[in-house]
Amino acid sequence: MRVIIMGLICLVSGLSSAATPSQLKLTVTLPQLEVAEYHAPYVAVWIEDEQRKPTHVALWYDVAMANGEGQDWLKDLRQWWRRGGRGLSMPVDGLTGATRGPGQHIISTQLTAALATLAPGKYQLVVEAAREVGGREVLQLPLELPLAEQKLPLEVSGQHELSAIRLHF
Amino acid sequence: MRFIFMLFTAIAALTMATTANAHRAWLEPSATVLSGDDALVTVDAAISNTLFHPDHVAMSLDGINVTAPDGNAIDIINASKGRYRSVFDVPLAQQGTYKIATASGGLRAFWRDEAGNRKMWPGRGQTANEADFSSAVPADATDLSVSRGWRRIETFVTVGAPTTGALQPTKQGLELLPLTHPNDLYATETATFKLLIDGEPAQGAEVEVVPGGMRYRDNQQAMTLTTNKQGEISITWPHAGMYFLEASYRDNNVAKPATVRTGSYAATFEVLPL
Repeated sequence: MRVIIMGLICLVSGLSSAATPSQLKLTVTLPQLEVAEYHAPYVAVWIEDEQRKPTHVALWYDVAMANGEGQDWLKDLRQWWRRGGRGLSMPVDGLTGATRGPGQHIISTQLTAALATLAPGKYQLVVEAAREVGGREVLQLPLELPLAEQKLPLEVSGQHELSAIRLHF
Repeated sequence: MRFIFMLFTAIAALTMATTANAHRAWLEPSATVLSGDDALVTVDAAISNTLFHPDHVAMSLDGINVTAPDGNAIDIINASKGRYRSVFDVPLAQQGTYKIATASGGLRAFWRDEAGNRKMWPGRGQTANEADFSSAVPADATDLSVSRGWRRIETFVTVGAPTTGALQPTKQGLELLPLTHPNDLYATETATFKLLIDGEPAQGAEVEVVPGGMRYRDNQQAMTLTTNKQGEISITWPHAGMYFLEASYRDNNVAKPATVRTGSYAATFEVLPL
């Protein structure tokens, strides 16, 4: 139900949008999986420039575990870990949040804030997901800043751990 | 759910009846096919989901049993328990196939007390004395469920030619009767195994086969199988390497006071390149 409502809100805001950058959204859709043992995935979102220098956008992990034990699996986001995740000290204000289950999840404020720090040029928006007793998947969405409104929405579909990522107003 | 399972001890994980979220417990031998008069195998024993990388908790070695080719039990040596992994050696003085195993089980009960709190017997990590059942478990408790189950973890190693003396079933819990010898497995070939529950064919057991080396790929690559009427499964090994097989079985064919019979079986197999 929540998914439908979120989708609806998204649609409505999209229709009434004056297409200002502040309303840019990234929708990350996590799949419903028929598995005996399901753990919500760890998910990292970042933007890479052409030199692969990262600007971090979001990180969902098991923040609530005692003694920060949820950090033990951060390295399983292998690409994110290499692209700067290993240099961060958890939790990071404005970046980290709890894991999410299957469905659509919208990142807006954090994305806008990250984009505001970037110079015009070519970038990749990267989303990586890793799930305990599951798998790992990375999706990349090429984009050029400043964003040309007519090029949106941009969407890339995944196969295992990520259904899709969609950049839209 | 992770944090709950962090609290489980190795012993609790071993004695636990099959649950959907149980961690994988495994024995990984350093080699499965050996030759010579002075062979020895060293074995890692751990509980971790990432096969076969020990990253969770070491397995208790108290219940390890090694059956030699002649059917007799032999002792393990150089046992050591680390944080993530236990290690022991098995001197292989006889020619033939050895079974390295740990098994535990018995009656378990779950219920709610008058205040609605969940209760279990035996307590987590404790061993049940079945004579205590009637006094420890209230017969008229709410949501009472009593099961009789076994959990078994095995691996096999062979010096020289494979033999079957050590592979005879104990007829207790869920066991694997290898129709294809467990130390004669090759990539692209098909192996057939029969699962037994208390010595009888276990029809409808759920089986998952997962290759090791999990850190170096993005997916589980699990094969999911169900045993047929004869309790058999056939596995075609896609490539060489270590494999983890895990099976679970459940029915109502059990004597009172239990109402559910459960069995869980796990084994590590090495598949060699053809």
